[in-house]
Amino acid sequence: MTQEYDAIIVGGGHNGLTCAAYLAKAGRKVLVLERRYLLGGAAVTEEKFPGFKFTVCSYVVSLLRPEVIRELELPKHGLQIVPLDSAFVPMENGDHLMMYSDPGLLREELKRHSARDADMMPKYSKMMYEMAFAVKPILGYVPPNPAGPGLRGLSTLRNFGKHLKSLDKRVFHQLSKIMTMSANDFLAEWMETDVLRAVSGINGIIGTKLGVKSPGTAYVLLHHYMGELDGAFTAWGSQKGGTGAVSEAIASAARSHGAEIRVNASVQQVIVKGGKAVGVALENGDEIYAKTVISGCDPRVTFRKLIEEKELPADLVRAIDNFKFRGSSGKVNLALDALPKFTSMKDPAMLRGMVEICPSVDYVERAYDDAKYGAFSKRPYMDVEVPTIHDPTMAPPGKHVMSIFVQYASYDMPEYGTRDQQREAFGNAVIDTLAEFAPNLKDIILHKQVLTPWDMEDQIGLTEGNIFQGELTLDQLFFFRPAAGWADFRTPIRNYYQCGSGTHPGGGITAGPGRLAALEVLRDGN
Amino acid sequence: MPRQTPFHSRTSALCQGESWQDWSGFLSPTMYELDHIHEYNSIRMGCGLFDISPLFKYFVRGRDAETLLNRIVTRDISKCRVGQVIYTAWCDDAGKIIDDGTVARLSEDSFRMTAAIPTLYWLQDNAFGLEVEIEDASDAYGGLALQGPTSRDLLQQITDADLSKLGYFRIVDTKVGGVPASVSRTGYTGDLGYEIFVTPQNAETLWDALVAKGIDYKMQPAGNVALDMTRIEAGLLLIDVDFQSAAKAMFEVEKTSPYDLGLDWMVKLEKGFFVGQEALRREKARGPAWTTVGLEVDVQGLEKLYSQFSMPLHLPYQSWNTAVPVYADDEKRQHIGRATSGTWSPVLKRYVVIARVKPQHAQLGRRIYLEETIEAQRFAAPATVVPMPFFDPPRKKA
Repeated sequence: MTQEYDAIIVGGGHNGLTCAAYLAKAGRKVLVLERRYLLGGAAVTEEKFPGFKFTVCSYVVSLLRPEVIRELELPKHGLQIVPLDSAFVPMENGDHLMMYSDPGLLREELKRHSARDADMMPKYSKMMYEMAFAVKPILGYVPPNPAGPGLRGLSTLRNFGKHLKSLDKRVFHQLSKIMTMSANDFLAEWMETDVLRAVSGINGIIGTKLGVKSPGTAYVLLHHYMGELDGAFTAWGSQKGGTGAVSEAIASAARSHGAEIRVNASVQQVIVKGGKAVGVALENGDEIYAKTVISGCDPRVTFRKLIEEKELPADLVRAIDNFKFRGSSGKVNLALDALPKFTSMKDPAMLRGMVEICPSVDYVERAYDDAKYGAFSKRPYMDVEVPTIHDPTMAPPGKHVMSIFVQYASYDMPEYGTRDQQREAFGNAVIDTLAEFAPNLKDIILHKQVLTPWDMEDQIGLTEGNIFQGELTLDQLFFFRPAAGWADFRTPIRNYYQCGSGTHPGGGITAGPGRLAALEVLRDGN
Repeated sequence: MPRQTPFHSRTSALCQGESWQDWSGFLSPTMYELDHIHEYNSIRMGCGLFDISPLFKYFVRGRDAETLLNRIVTRDISKCRVGQVIYTAWCDDAGKIIDDGTVARLSEDSFRMTAAIPTLYWLQDNAFGLEVEIEDASDAYGGLALQGPTSRDLLQQITDADLSKLGYFRIVDTKVGGVPASVSRTGYTGDLGYEIFVTPQNAETLWDALVAKGIDYKMQPAGNVALDMTRIEAGLLLIDVDFQSAAKAMFEVEKTSPYDLGLDWMVKLEKGFFVGQEALRREKARGPAWTTVGLEVDVQGLEKLYSQFSMPLHLPYQSWNTAVPVYADDEKRQHIGRATSGTWSPVLKRYVVIARVKPQHAQLGRRIYLEETIEAQRFAAPATVVPMPFFDPPRKKA
């Protein structure tokens, strides 16, 4: 048994690649093993139909940590993001709400709906900014164990306490509210326009099986507010070449530091000897040995598939089994012959940002009602982007691709029959609903790709199809992610670490878990 | 009354923000939208369309055309082949820079020169004893620059020329959108791009032809803010910003030589006589007082300065063009030059700056400091001397 590598990373998702890049940069001999034929995990771009590139799952970038961009020099490796700085929200009465990023334009638009809300909006934005500024340092912390924080944990908590103390009391009060309320109740304290509340509340439910009226969803609003682009909070962006190009940029950075990356290399198990990880066994029977093994997979795979149960303490096994995945979102990707025409969209430049299908709060809550007992929403919430508006290379000239993130769907939807029938019915519901707002849609579809949560598990390996490797609710964040006592990227097995979105700071293309995990590995002298 | 370019009917219809600035007496859009960022991104993702009509254009024709131009510019015109364009500076007798621009060789004995400031008198004054014809064609042509990664694919849709054969800094006479046009593979953005000149009566046809196809190539008209950010990324100097023209400067201290501007490669001392040659030879021998370098501001250092005020890092949202002092140390004891323009580069995710500093502080990797004002207090933000151009994609020349 010869150690061939300092570190083996299981899973070539964006966090696994980030971890690899940092370890390689620190001089470690690193091997990344990816089960699929391409890198990126849920952040992949695939040319599913000739000439049309789909951002298969993950489709926008915002939370990518600026320190990762800087330290890995990602722009040099192809990172190029264009801001998506508006949202077009068509309404059922034929009107719309245009969420401009420019405060003046937004005010004028809101005045059409409510003079009060037009005045209120800057105050709401300021409050959210203040809160995001307040909690943002957490993104860079290694979560301490609250039951036994140790010296370093104490100092983390003390620093954060000091930071919180420096905040205005008002911010602190709002913070307590946002930690506990439903997105809709929280927003109702600020805004009266129903459609404004609907679109503002959406970020609270992304990736969770909760409704905008479910308590606890308000905090997730804040999580999404912490995204930044070029120093501006809340900015979302579209990557040239799709999110797969973000993964490719990180992979390129990793390779430039000497990391070795293999695709079509499926890890069956982590080899544990005497409570210590010593390597991995591949599905093809090969065994590769290394000083450390780091899993970029989700907590279920990391602890329950790659490791035998006997190696783990019972409370951790129970915590992981209780960890909520229950994927609630699907994805429909379309190849289009022309641009979609939304009935109430007067200016084609409105298609430059997102299109949000959430015409009212009740529309979104009803979408949840349908899904609560294991089905998809008959009229779902949709987050629609046309990446070819910014990056014409994603489709042949004059043609377009459309990315439709859909909520809700369920992991299993037996009332619709077989998996294939479920997928078909789900895809039809999405296209039928979207066509209500963009009547030319059905005539311009050249190809489509539909993914249910089950497909995301089947293709990408995300347990129950949860896009964040586990819901982003307060009970599953920071020192609870993925389990109390095991949020510092370590595991009960020596030299076995975790670095996926199932760890702090969580899902989305943040590269935060990958970076923090790598720093912990190095800190342990591995 | 400011003048309107031949494209004004089109640019003014699109200029939502009505924000115009003066470019040599012409109305030139600062930005079309209320915010420059989409215009900027179109240049790096698709292509940006600029109205560059206010450039001064001259034709120099005749047996001694090459001799005249060689007498004026610092580069060697005899090396410029037919169909080639060169970027060059020209100086006064004291070797101080008057202007920079391009010279295109259209045939053995005819050239087109572009300039940022009026140059007719300078061409005429230096033409003594030469058999040349000098034509000021500034009003005879309008121009568009189409810059960005999709510019070639877009332009190819509407031109007879085979653009795959048009190399970097090459020029061809062809038709674009059905009208006669001169197309050169040049620009001011450091990207793949073209400059297209047509007569004023054909200007609108050219614009409309580009716009009609442009939608499929993410083409967007772009104003001067976006242009300034991209030219800084490309490490290209701007007259009146990064240097003063010796023709306009009132005081010696305002003047610079090509060496001061880091344009050493452009000065061909060994070619035949040219204006300023002797002075430049002497300057080279004694060592120039300044050189011009690229700086990258250390954003973590900058973040620290902001954190004194419990503020998050603030990055410039667009380029700046007002010179600030550069120091050798963070106590600001030793002044070593000036930073003349800078921008946060959204494409590079770096804060890049063009600075003129004393040569002994110009080595790559050297840490120097530039003034940064936060809450009306002046600090010294750490920066590093880095290679320029900051942005230099292979597609520029490919």
